[in-house]
Amino acid sequence: MSDFRTALGRARGMGSAKHGVGHFIGQRVSAVALLLLTLWGVASALSVAGGGYDGARAWLASPVNAAILGLLIIVGVYHAGLGMRTIIEDYIERPITKAALLILNAFVGWGAAALALVSILKVTFGAGS
Amino acid sequence: MADAPPVLRARPLSPHILQWRWHITMATSILHRVTGVGLYVGLLVLAGWALALASGPDIYGTYAGLLGSLIGKIVLFGVTVCLFFHIANGLRHLVWDFGKGLAPRTADITAWIALAFAAVAAVGVWILAGVTGALGA
Repeated sequence: MSDFRTALGRARGMGSAKHGVGHFIGQRVSAVALLLLTLWGVASALSVAGGGYDGARAWLASPVNAAILGLLIIVGVYHAGLGMRTIIEDYIERPITKAALLILNAFVGWGAAALALVSILKVTFGAGS
Repeated sequence: MADAPPVLRARPLSPHILQWRWHITMATSILHRVTGVGLYVGLLVLAGWALALASGPDIYGTYAGLLGSLIGKIVLFGVTVCLFFHIANGLRHLVWDFGKGLAPRTADITAWIALAFAAVAAVGVWILAGVTGALGA
């Protein structure tokens, strides 16, 4: 009675892909990290917003700020990518469209992360001692 | 026996979304996804900010001007609301993962708390930004 598998699924008898737990745990661990990182981000935005170009460069020249901003970007893209993946898998039925959007999700997220990280490094290394 | 048609069990179906009465936990569940998409956009805006900062004062000035315009401020305020709602509702999810807080009445109350927190925290941060001069020029 508690078997919700389709006839084909029962015949194949392969069960689940056994990969779901990784997504579940990764989503939650990154959520805890982002709780701290985003609150730091809000406080930083408040202190940087009024300072103009020179103020922002000086702020990012600090290795601590550069490192935490880099973490915020990396963990944020990871967490957002998992969430967007779930949304795509839930709502898009057509396999081709689904695959295309999943690939786009990965390209946009990690592309933005790469651009942001190199930018952060350029500013913080270019700032001198 | 040989004439028996192949049997396909009727699979369980949930009612269509339009069959449900709106309730607050349903709204917060949907809003968690909506605000997650909003934060995806916010993350791209943040990446763009870092790129602009590395691209020199002219490009940074243009980018900061876009963010400081009325439309830019509306978008950033929206991202702030999304962030605080997603944080509050995400905490509800983390508590649920431990099997706590799932009683309907408790879930209703925490849903309203999450919504109220998002509104108060977002407005508070923007008032703070106005007071400290972060919104100026």
